[in-house]
Amino acid sequence: MKNPDLVIIGGGPAGLSAAVAAYEAGLRDILILERDRELGGILNQCIHNGFGLHTFHEELTGPEYAGRFIEKVNALGIPRKLDTMVLSLGPDRSVTATNPADGLFTLHPKAVILAMGCRERPRGALNIPGTRPAGIYTAGTAQHSVNIEGFLPGKRVVILGSGDIGLIMARRMTLEGAKVLAVAELMPYSGGLKRNIVQCLEDFGIPLLLSHTVIDIRGDKRLTGVTLARVENGRPVPGTEISYDCDTLLLSCGLLPENELSRGAGVPLNPVTGGPLVDEGLETGIPGVFAAGNVLHVHDLVDYVTQEAAQAGENAAKYVLSGEKSSENCVKIQCTGGVRYTVPAQVHPGTKSLKIRLRVDKPYRNKRLTVCADGVPVLSRKRPVLAPGEMETLDVTNLPEHFSAITVALEEGK
Amino acid sequence: MQDVVIVGAGVSGCAIARELSRFALDILVLEKEEDVCCGTSKANSGIVHAGFDAPAGSLMAKLNVAGSRAMEALSKELDFPYRRNGSLVLMTRPDQRDALEALMENGRKNGVEGLEILDRDALLAMEPHLSEEVLAGLYAPTGAIVCPFGLTIALAENAAANGVKFQFDSPVTGLSRTGDFWTVHTPTGMIQTRTVMNAAGVHAGDIHGFATGENMKIIPRRGEYFLMDHAVGDYVNSTVFQLPGPYGKGVLVTPTVHGNLLVGPTATDQNDPDRTATTREGLASIREKAAHSVTDIPWRQTITSFAGLRAHRPEHEFYIRETLPGYIDCAGIESPGLTSAPAVGELVAKIAESILKPKKKANFCPTRKNILNPNILSQEARSALIERNPAYGRIICRCEGITEGEILDAIHRTPGARSLDGVKRRVRAGMGRCQGGFCSPKVTAILARELGISLTEVTKSGGSSVLLTGRDKEVQP
Repeated sequence: MKNPDLVIIGGGPAGLSAAVAAYEAGLRDILILERDRELGGILNQCIHNGFGLHTFHEELTGPEYAGRFIEKVNALGIPRKLDTMVLSLGPDRSVTATNPADGLFTLHPKAVILAMGCRERPRGALNIPGTRPAGIYTAGTAQHSVNIEGFLPGKRVVILGSGDIGLIMARRMTLEGAKVLAVAELMPYSGGLKRNIVQCLEDFGIPLLLSHTVIDIRGDKRLTGVTLARVENGRPVPGTEISYDCDTLLLSCGLLPENELSRGAGVPLNPVTGGPLVDEGLETGIPGVFAAGNVLHVHDLVDYVTQEAAQAGENAAKYVLSGEKSSENCVKIQCTGGVRYTVPAQVHPGTKSLKIRLRVDKPYRNKRLTVCADGVPVLSRKRPVLAPGEMETLDVTNLPEHFSAITVALEEGK
Repeated sequence: MQDVVIVGAGVSGCAIARELSRFALDILVLEKEEDVCCGTSKANSGIVHAGFDAPAGSLMAKLNVAGSRAMEALSKELDFPYRRNGSLVLMTRPDQRDALEALMENGRKNGVEGLEILDRDALLAMEPHLSEEVLAGLYAPTGAIVCPFGLTIALAENAAANGVKFQFDSPVTGLSRTGDFWTVHTPTGMIQTRTVMNAAGVHAGDIHGFATGENMKIIPRRGEYFLMDHAVGDYVNSTVFQLPGPYGKGVLVTPTVHGNLLVGPTATDQNDPDRTATTREGLASIREKAAHSVTDIPWRQTITSFAGLRAHRPEHEFYIRETLPGYIDCAGIESPGLTSAPAVGELVAKIAESILKPKKKANFCPTRKNILNPNILSQEARSALIERNPAYGRIICRCEGITEGEILDAIHRTPGARSLDGVKRRVRAGMGRCQGGFCSPKVTAILARELGISLTEVTKSGGSSVLLTGRDKEVQP
């Protein structure tokens, strides 16, 4: 099999946008490897609207949003292999994959873009005690059943976790005739977008129980009930138990970037995001390996995935076409005062402009996000409201010629 | 008329079935669940115990050591995962020295080879993550690990290939003796047989009661576990036990044959023989206890927690004998029951042989091949396999790298997988870090297609454990 210049692992929103951008930057020999039988990734099962307000200035459904990029990729004639699973990535950028048509094959591209997305945190990782019956699903698995297969996973539902997929599924299950009894959230605030809390819970009268978690699961073969309790200092409070008779428990308790391939290749990862440590060009610790989208860090809006992946695509094209390699050591970006992480996590000295994406650790009001180079502010933006569920983006355009430290700080808003 | 009815398709029942399948006998295994390996056999530590802790002179000690010695050869004959990783029993207080030495002495009496007591430095050279409290330990080089599902399913498949019949969803509700034969009562009818073997695990007391009218006390003793991701499967290499001490029996930390890390179990007696729920307290106690032997266990890598039940007898001894003419008890098979299974099978078969005086089969086939794992093939061989059968080129479970080809094989074997858990036990689809989030809809669809049933009939574990309850409202016909 011929070796393409660029292999993009994943044909979801990140992979598609990266492919288009790499093509537009002049690269022609691109191959997308997608594990599903069609392009579009998880967007294909997100049939609700609200996608694309930033990118297209209109409200699209997930499949429509993906469709716009699939059309572009088709129009540009960018090759792809579907039903194809990448089994390993080597430190030399070798990509070994399998599919029914080609068997097992290894490619040696000049550059790779990681665009594998993320997965949901399963019940096991949450250590919820109780039995292990049928009827416990991650929200995304339930979404797949309802929207792709056309089957309901259950009729009386409790949802743990107020991540966006959980909120969306509360509405979706209700519209399909199920009864959603409650959404429980361990934290004292929701991890989902405000608009989803209003449109998916409040509009349907579904209670959101903050600082609550599931403390027991019942049922031998199929789920028969769960018990919720209020949580204080990480422990359930005795006497606050509420028992629900239900046949379904959906989990929306966080997303984990899917970096098994990256780990296998030796790509250094950020323990905070679970994604690769990248520089200003979204290049990982392995030269020529770039990352974008939810594999890099979990995004709130697909529009930002698209933007970020376009940047990765453009840089991967540059890397292949000009062989441009920076040999200088990066400066690590320091996060302070409630900034959980930044992407990129490190910057090459000499960088002039820089897009910083970040999340904060808890909700804040009337704050400022300030970027300093060697202690001197280069950007400061007022933020009346900040939430962990919403990603922040800072465009720094005026970095000094020389710097040896960059900090991103959350400060008082005055 | 059956020659043999075996009650229970756990590891003991399947081992008995496989041993007896050497003879020209009509053998039927009755199982109340929908598959083999659904009770105690599926949720345990997966350890092949060297045999130093069962009391010297006991049947338990004899069968443990015999099973431990037979397991490696059996794993080759029947092609299931087995690894001799050695085991350690750690002491953390100076006053435990006598107990540790007594354990070694007991092991030597039982005939366990290669036992030695190692000091802290020697232990740390083997296991760098041992806790600061560890002072010394008993090393048993013959300790090993095995896949409990792999062992049980291999025994069942080999038995089936040699003519044994399995009947699932068939709880035994009564036993009666008429003349020279037994009548076995099930909800779907009566079965007449010359002999009955009670291998019903935590339910063996009920079966014993049906046969004899007398009580046999089997206490379901719950054990809870944490299972961790492959990423930390090499955190320890040996199976690390604790010397029974002030913290009770202690918990073990072990790699599994599939490269996960397993920590547990608790030991809580209960009345309910079916409830395998985990508890907040149980899981917390594992974390606390395990820290005495292994330090900084990567709990964040937990992919699941689960519980199993041991069939504990207050006498803590296997009960294997012809209790009534033609009725054989194989009860109280708690740890080291998995290890002992090959020897339990032989012993029960010997008893049955003396009753039935059967002829040996000329065409008994002692070997069985496991479901082909494409991951162990060379690139060329794997490509050739995919060319012959494209289903091996389609990955269904991305975490464990399981192909459609393997899942189809699991479904079409005898006895084959009929549920999501059945597939999971045979090929590990859904056993990985996402715990079936991505692959369970795909496996569900494959099961429906291959078994010729609708998606709403596919179950997680048989019975009422359906996965999908109906069509979406708007697409209802």
